[in-house]
Amino acid sequence: MKLIYTDSLVVGAGLAGLRVAIASKERGLDTVVLSLIPAKRSHSAAAQGGMQASLGNTVKGMGDDEDVHFQDTVKGSDWGCDQDVARMFAHCAPKAVRELANWGVPWTRITKGPRQVVVNAEKVTIEEAEEAHGLINARDFGGTKKWRTCYTADGTGHSLLYAVDNKAISMDIPVHERMEALSLIHDGKRCHGVVARCLITGELIAYVAKSTTIATGGYGRIYEVSTNAIICEGVGQALALETGVAKLGNMEAVQFHPTAIVPVGILTTEGCRGDGGLLRDKDGHRFMPDYEPEKKELASRDVVSRRMTEHMRKGKGVDSPYGPHLWLDITLLGRKHVETNLREVKEICENFLGIDPAKDWIPVRPTQHYSMGGIRTDATGQSPHLKGLFSVGEAACWDMHGFNRLGGNSLAETVVGGMIIGKYVADFCEQNTLEIDTNLVESFVAKLQTEIDQLIDGEGTENPFELKQQMQRIMMDYVGIFRNGPELEKAVSELQDLLKRANALGLKCKKRHANPELVEALRVKRMLKVALTVAAGAAARTESRGAHAREDFPQRNDKDWLNRTLSSWPDANSLSPQLEYEQLDVMKMELPPGYRGYGIDNAIAHPDTEKREQQIADIISQLGPDADRHQKQAALMPFDVPESLKPKNERLSDTLNSGAGEIAK
Amino acid sequence: MSQQMAKGRTLTFSIFRYDPQMPDDKPKMVDYQIEEAPGMTVFIALNQLREQQDPSLQFDFVCRAGICGSCAMVINGMPTLACRTLTSKFADGKIKLMPLPGFELIGDLSVNTGKFMREIAERLKLWLHPKTGDDDIHRLEAPMSPEEAAKLYELERCVECGVCVSACATKQMRDTFVGAVGLMKIARFELDSRDARSADDFYHVIGNQDGVFGCMTLLGCQDNCPKDLPHMQQIAYLRRKMAVTLV
Repeated sequence: MKLIYTDSLVVGAGLAGLRVAIASKERGLDTVVLSLIPAKRSHSAAAQGGMQASLGNTVKGMGDDEDVHFQDTVKGSDWGCDQDVARMFAHCAPKAVRELANWGVPWTRITKGPRQVVVNAEKVTIEEAEEAHGLINARDFGGTKKWRTCYTADGTGHSLLYAVDNKAISMDIPVHERMEALSLIHDGKRCHGVVARCLITGELIAYVAKSTTIATGGYGRIYEVSTNAIICEGVGQALALETGVAKLGNMEAVQFHPTAIVPVGILTTEGCRGDGGLLRDKDGHRFMPDYEPEKKELASRDVVSRRMTEHMRKGKGVDSPYGPHLWLDITLLGRKHVETNLREVKEICENFLGIDPAKDWIPVRPTQHYSMGGIRTDATGQSPHLKGLFSVGEAACWDMHGFNRLGGNSLAETVVGGMIIGKYVADFCEQNTLEIDTNLVESFVAKLQTEIDQLIDGEGTENPFELKQQMQRIMMDYVGIFRNGPELEKAVSELQDLLKRANALGLKCKKRHANPELVEALRVKRMLKVALTVAAGAAARTESRGAHAREDFPQRNDKDWLNRTLSSWPDANSLSPQLEYEQLDVMKMELPPGYRGYGIDNAIAHPDTEKREQQIADIISQLGPDADRHQKQAALMPFDVPESLKPKNERLSDTLNSGAGEIAK
Repeated sequence: MSQQMAKGRTLTFSIFRYDPQMPDDKPKMVDYQIEEAPGMTVFIALNQLREQQDPSLQFDFVCRAGICGSCAMVINGMPTLACRTLTSKFADGKIKLMPLPGFELIGDLSVNTGKFMREIAERLKLWLHPKTGDDDIHRLEAPMSPEEAAKLYELERCVECGVCVSACATKQMRDTFVGAVGLMKIARFELDSRDARSADDFYHVIGNQDGVFGCMTLLGCQDNCPKDLPHMQQIAYLRRKMAVTLV
């Protein structure tokens, strides 16, 4: 048995994983990162539009601060998020942007003086302040009050991933590439590392560590069409699930992005609409203002995706061999803008559609995009159910997104969450010892070895590629944008049939080393369990919240459902996850549930909401008129971050003491 | 879109097969037939082949959108990204796939570009070496000229796909040559006003036959770069810059 010991083990070399690894190494801890692929190929690189941070440098971001970012995030989550975590996040986001500038990210900068932008289909001239020249710029994104999304053209994720991986290389952090973690080593109370399989040699290796951080991204590929990279298969969530102890949070919260190209599902950034792009139907009509007169194309993602689907159901979609779609029109932004700020979009349109988006409309349709659910952690990123197991980024349910994530908040979560949780991981490693129980480790290696032997030498006949495809179709057909009881029940029972069949997988390729069919077989059974947590969670949640839209229960129901779904799989042979619920405490919320600002306000109120609102009013009035926003915030909902991240964020408006008001005109 | 809608052709894929871990295996070309579908890319075709005809077929894809640089291979003689290569591009329906030369072969079409890129990064120290001070993350960031930021991003668009390395004649003859990817990254940090290194420092790394002076200027890198990076201009710029340090 090959054993590798380390202090801090990180699974996944995208932005979130690398950032945690850097934080560990900064504290002198031995650190190892495992990755399916070279770090710079991680799905983080695909984030185009940018990351939200309330720097407030641009004139359209003036007046922005942590409070506004926090409120947008909570509203965007449809009050499903953990407000403590949303606060920690909003507070640290500007720090992460500035840190990344120090590490080499060439953020797009502000040019002083007038510049022309497109707002609501009209050309508008805005005037940037002299003092803002050269500071980090921001663009508009959906569901935000201010222009807050910091960017490098439309290759933000690429720039960030390269800078952060370069930093990791400079610190000599090893990344074991083409290494797939397939089970967590644990004793029911503490996680001790992982058993991984080398995708080249097939060798099984036990990595034993003080802390194990899962940063493997989302589970989008349980759906047939997804904007996600093909490696985003939810295996990280499955590892936690298969411990029987760790729990997953809000797995039914799955986001559909409004503008993926048809048919291949590759994303065009929200920056297209943020920069002024429009959605049009088969008649060329701009339909979003009909549904959302205030926010129009820049309503929250879940809202835009549902409105598009509604509109296509009315027969307003454009027919194509791949079903109906709508148009994304960025021609009004002009060629120069498209070729500089939306360059990746242009390349994608040219290569996959053969069109020029500076003059042609882009065929788009809402497509699976983001997993709000994931491994449930506390505010420090640790599983409350399995000590030593941490999770960060899209893999986790930390939970700053609740039931809908704002555009620009995922890239931000990777580096901000990584920055915060990385410090807590390092604390944990310093405060705990490495426990090596070789019998325990061997038992986990043997179990995986048996599973592989069974696949290669067993009598099974089921084809892993077919099972996966069937699972993906079920998720597409029955667990999509609009959901209902009968279809969700059908999804659950069909997925259970597939899980049964997955016990009889058989392989044609009998190689024990590099063997793509074996890789697929090892994953598909794990993916099926993840898919079942999504379908079962969606079937059980009889309300609509954020991206979880039930046709049979259209109201948000705070009275009965202001909670977080927790799923676990205590009995390995069972065909269903165990579901339970973690209540969100209204009396502790800084922002009690309210109207999100879309469609009719039909939410069923929580009995505590009114009480908490009154309490908040009392607290604020007791503080008196001289209290500043930080004092008010601290009185309403104190939150904690690591000591070194506590200082306040300086803004341009702090230095422009008298000028701010004038500039905002 | 009409071109992509052409339907029903039978494509013949001629694919390099070799598993270096199988003691008796010998490199060979194997033909596979597949029915073309509208909008089909080499990514779609290869996955179909693996799922329906030969589950042992090795290749690498990650983003399948031309962003991550995983899937470079030699397609009908030219190195390029397979995910965004439409099969409709090939009029006779014959598509020959070879692994990218210049890298360690894992098997079939899969090569270890990751290992190569990490080694180059360590060797050339391809990360920002920040000037000291002015790095307080709680304070207003240091300004940078908008033009400089835009120029840096232009050079930073490299996806480390390895195409420039495989298309480089110098690299084929001199294994230690850093390739256009290495030079492009040096040019990127040389341009960055936040980087503390001087032209002299860079000269020590690339002012030799393994660096800018090894390039024979055949420019296979520039011709094939899927991101259209200005290799020629940057190599010329670095040469001039390095030459100046000798004066």
